[in-house]
Amino acid sequence: MFRPVTIAEGIYSVGCRDWDIRDFHGYSTDEGTTYNAFLVQGEKNILIDTVKSGFGEEMMDNISRIMDPKKIDAVISNHTEMDHSGTIPLVMHKIGEDKPLYCSKMGAKNLKSHYKKDYNYQVVGSGETVTLGNRTFSFLETRMLHWPDSMFTYMPDEKILFSSDAFGQHYAGDKFFDDEIGEEIMPHARKYYANILLHFSPRVQALLADVAKMNLDIRMICPDHGIIWRKDPAKIISAYDQWSRQEPAKKALVIFDSMWESTAKMARTITSGIESEDVHVRLMNTRKWHRSDIMTEVLDAGALAVGSPTLNNGIFPVVADVMTYIKGLRPQNKIAAAFGSYGWSGEAVKILNKEFEEMKWDMVDDGVKVLYVPDASDLARCFDLGVTLAKTLKEKLSE
Amino acid sequence: MDKWECPCGYVYDPEEGDLDNGIEPGTAWEDLPESWVCPLCGAEQEYFEKVD
Repeated sequence: MFRPVTIAEGIYSVGCRDWDIRDFHGYSTDEGTTYNAFLVQGEKNILIDTVKSGFGEEMMDNISRIMDPKKIDAVISNHTEMDHSGTIPLVMHKIGEDKPLYCSKMGAKNLKSHYKKDYNYQVVGSGETVTLGNRTFSFLETRMLHWPDSMFTYMPDEKILFSSDAFGQHYAGDKFFDDEIGEEIMPHARKYYANILLHFSPRVQALLADVAKMNLDIRMICPDHGIIWRKDPAKIISAYDQWSRQEPAKKALVIFDSMWESTAKMARTITSGIESEDVHVRLMNTRKWHRSDIMTEVLDAGALAVGSPTLNNGIFPVVADVMTYIKGLRPQNKIAAAFGSYGWSGEAVKILNKEFEEMKWDMVDDGVKVLYVPDASDLARCFDLGVTLAKTLKEKLSE
Repeated sequence: MDKWECPCGYVYDPEEGDLDNGIEPGTAWEDLPESWVCPLCGAEQEYFEKVD
């Protein structure tokens, strides 16, 4: 199936697939992504969101297969990030810069900051409804989900929610709907949540409560990336509910890097200790795993052991990269322990403990430090650390 | 009492406070604890601007 894709009567997905992208601002997109844009045809023709710069002509071609793009009467911008607004200048140039551009208050401010243009911004707020020809649109501001400008557009007659980045997935393929792809899409949706929305989990909880209160009848959810949820939109809503609760699973991660195999030996032994307590565990070397894949595993991990050798009085740079990334996404409800080998000063464990403290993770103890190369008794301490982590997690889960 | 706005659009209104984060209504901007950050985006107080 190629674009445009009909999603309802007179409503089309006219966005583009980016098959080649593998690094989306530091997030690994192993199956590319899509920039979804939607055309609503009627007495007035409305474009909801656009695509990343460089894909403009392809989007215009998609629209041309349905109608003359010049006949677009207005644009709705749900989100200013450049993968969705990058082609707004091209569209406005084509349709006339005086045409209305609907967006949130912060959207108007942010679009101006991006494109330095005084377009005909029509600011809409939560609960506002706009009727354009025979189509009605209502708006819900979703500030910081995940930018200040983010909003949802809902079509009450068609019962379609255009949810901006929320409920999206980085996936490019020949499937366009949840019923075509099935369960295969869920790992992509999960990775998206963990890497883009996790730190706003309390906002997600509040938003889901608001949506429930509003009693919106949602027949279809059209996010700005990936497939459209038409068969079972409740499935992704309930997944968001679950992920945003951040309830820990009986699962631990051992995240580490090593210079001369000493911290690696410690990591493997801690892993064995965790396994001996029958807790699911994953050993993740920061130079083998992409930070965004580690983050996806962090989402429901109840316990984390993080190991780093001490390099030049600090933590190993690749571990620092991953820790900075994890910290920014503010995962909650974690039990943690640090470990690492060192040569003379050995600051890494102390630095990691400080990071845990700042993230409000519960430390099981001060961690394990080993001079140069672990011996049998050091490894026994590592095994015990794994056991302690696992036992502490099990106790927490049984409370 | 003055209101202060975060770059993300959140406005601290002293009359309302920020009960979710333990700030009682009636707490002036100047009296916020140093640890208080924007409840919406997490920005520290130095990024806020006074609302005219």
